[in-house]
Amino acid sequence: MSFLRSRFVQAVLVLVLAFVILRFGIRPPAPWSVLTLYMAIIFMAVLIFVSSDRDSWRDFISPIWSTLVRPERRVLRTVLVIVLPLLMGYYAYTQAAARPQAPPELRAVHPAPPASIQLKGKEFNISGAENPLRKDAARLKEHAAKGGEIYIRNCVYCHGDNLDGKGHFAPGFNPPPANFQDPGTIAMLQEAYLFWRIAKGGPGLPKESTPWNSVMPAWEDRLSEEQIWQVIIYLYEATGQQPRRWEAGEHGGH
Amino acid sequence: MTIARRGVWLLVLLGVALAVLAALPVEAQTAAQGASRDPAYRAFPVLGSRLAVWAVAQLHLNFAAFILGVPIFAVIIEAIGWRTGDARYDWLSHELVKLTFAAFSTTALLGALLLFLFVGYYPKFWTYMTSIFFPTYWIYAALFFAETFTVYLWYYGWDWLSGSRKWIHVGLGILSNLFGTAILVVANSWVTFMISPAGIDESGALKGGVWAAMYNYTWMPINIHRLIANIVFGGTICAAYAAFRFLGAKSDEERARYDWMGYIGNFIALAAFIVLPFAGYYLGREIYAFNQTMGITMMGGFMSWLWIIQAILIGILFLGSNYYLWLGMERIPGSERYRKYVPPMLIILTLGFMIWATPRSMVVTLDEARAMGGTHHPLLGFFGVMSAKNTVVNLMILTTFLSFILYRRANKIPTKPWVRTGMAVQWTAFAAAACVVVFYGVYGYFVESIVRIGFSVYQVVAVLGAIVLVMAIDIPMFKGARTTGQIRWGTIAPHSQYVLILLAVTFTWLMGLMGFARSGIRQHWHVYGVMRDTSVDAATPALGYAANVITLVTLAFFLLVLFIFWLGGLGDKGQAEAHGHAAPAIAAGRGPER
Repeated sequence: MSFLRSRFVQAVLVLVLAFVILRFGIRPPAPWSVLTLYMAIIFMAVLIFVSSDRDSWRDFISPIWSTLVRPERRVLRTVLVIVLPLLMGYYAYTQAAARPQAPPELRAVHPAPPASIQLKGKEFNISGAENPLRKDAARLKEHAAKGGEIYIRNCVYCHGDNLDGKGHFAPGFNPPPANFQDPGTIAMLQEAYLFWRIAKGGPGLPKESTPWNSVMPAWEDRLSEEQIWQVIIYLYEATGQQPRRWEAGEHGGH
Repeated sequence: MTIARRGVWLLVLLGVALAVLAALPVEAQTAAQGASRDPAYRAFPVLGSRLAVWAVAQLHLNFAAFILGVPIFAVIIEAIGWRTGDARYDWLSHELVKLTFAAFSTTALLGALLLFLFVGYYPKFWTYMTSIFFPTYWIYAALFFAETFTVYLWYYGWDWLSGSRKWIHVGLGILSNLFGTAILVVANSWVTFMISPAGIDESGALKGGVWAAMYNYTWMPINIHRLIANIVFGGTICAAYAAFRFLGAKSDEERARYDWMGYIGNFIALAAFIVLPFAGYYLGREIYAFNQTMGITMMGGFMSWLWIIQAILIGILFLGSNYYLWLGMERIPGSERYRKYVPPMLIILTLGFMIWATPRSMVVTLDEARAMGGTHHPLLGFFGVMSAKNTVVNLMILTTFLSFILYRRANKIPTKPWVRTGMAVQWTAFAAAACVVVFYGVYGYFVESIVRIGFSVYQVVAVLGAIVLVMAIDIPMFKGARTTGQIRWGTIAPHSQYVLILLAVTFTWLMGLMGFARSGIRQHWHVYGVMRDTSVDAATPALGYAANVITLVTLAFFLLVLFIFWLGGLGDKGQAEAHGHAAPAIAAGRGPER
């Protein structure tokens, strides 16, 4: 196993091993864009590892140097000169060739909300809006129960009875419905943000969030303002998440 | 080519550039005459007004950051030289101020050019800004005079105010820094007012005094962030200058000198860089607090992709500065003992970098999104949020600090009787800080966001506390330590010098990109929510376009800086030696490590 002591072999092994672990060890598979990013970082780290002292660097480049220069490596050299460009060409082809699937989109999952929206003919301020139903703590349970009813009538088909985005219709949609149990969704957002999303739905998304892909309906015509706030309370109650709040700043709020 | 011939060429080029610069506004004026007599905007020929202002503003900012950042540590280095009597430090400080000096007029020139562009091409905007900030213009001008003359005196009075009068000289250095920082703070109030206006009524008119407009939400965070970033920037540019001179050095002695200068530059950059993420986090928090939409546009909306590039560049800065330290250990006899620490530190940095760069919104095909069961990856999604980012950046800072500690003690063997206890306390401090960071990082996933944001403070305090404690033990522990040999300055692997240049370029690029983010979150507003941008350039540029512009500006900046470095070299060839600032010898093997 003396070849394992070669820095060059070690570097290649680390890269191959890292690729295998990242490609097959992560389930569901990591998106290709992320995998490429990870591999680029690891490649950089491997280069640093092999060149962080002179002996190691000499050891690393010696097989490369001898392959490029030594007469007895002529066959290997010729093979590499043919195979490496072919491999690169193949990679370029796979990246550039048109495929039946849509190309990846830079879809912003949490786009910035507008400062205000038009709701039933009047202006509704999104930024800084708070859930008015939370002021009356005694009726919170009642609101949550009503919100639950609204949820079951309207939302459950897509977002699921566990609020995990796995409703009956979900398998038909791409991108899939939001999973409210995920700490990265409603737990990161203010209630006003949810209000905007429910009222305006997919069509109200800004361009960077590809509104044409979302099937979320705009509920402003079917639910009243109070009903939307109720269903928001239900979402937080049922998942055990807390809406995002802002600390009271020294400048006296916003 | 002789210097005289180069000079002639330079003059010809300068003449052409001036002719072009003079011709452009004339053309603009001719175009404007056809339009109304009091236009809100005029169009800069060919490039467009926005691009012109953007490029000049960014260049001005780069130079300003350099000339404000370098004197901060130049004066500290001078003070070290004064107190220790070590001539090397005095030489280095003089060398640094010389660089600043060369860049001084370029900064002022670019500033004036920027002002002309505003007045000429954005007259309505400039009138509005003047209606708010007019009193501060006077303060700014006065400070600029004070700064200029103090720096002149500081630079030219180097020999005159030496010996017993050295304290006056160091005082001048401190004074010029105070003036410089004040200039920065005044200019910051204008730029932050545009992001988070304050002190005005509904119509946009000033309500009370100008102070209320200056003291807006993002003013203090930007002041702090820019001040620290200027030091980092100045450090990296000085290190790049040293690298440039190292690579062109003809003698071992010269190589040793610039190797040492590069090391000090990188050390300064690194020391300030360690606290920079905290200052940035504070700024981000204040932007969110001022306006949620703005905050989400920046971090979650279309600007979020910029943060992935930012994360990659910051990762490169971390890896690069550690790499430079590891390469530098090769020139220290006795450092072999610490080589075994390199692989584990590299693994921590690499894993940290990977998590740090994991996007929250991933670039996914629809098939991949389907396989993941949503737009969030069930496993990698955890790495996309601030809990994970704060955790790994703190661990990377700790690791970088460990690299530095090992470098510091590479040729020293402590002789104090309490060494074992001291080492144990140091390692415990490292471990405890790492535990606190990881604990709050993981716990952050189980609490609501307002609590989680507070956790970042505990993480920062743990890391900074560990750094202070370890240094407080390290300094006395290694005082009078047995040495395993002198540092062989100048024997560092030449590729390390390219790392220094890479760090400077990376940092400049990063500054430009994040500057775009800071400015771009205003979107179609000159002054957010108050004065709308109604020009043809009102649309926020696409990220790819912005990245291209910043790349070109960075290139232009380095071409200018290269010219200034070259000038610095010319001075050396001429009379600098006769000026009494002959560089002290830092020959291979001389000089204790600091």
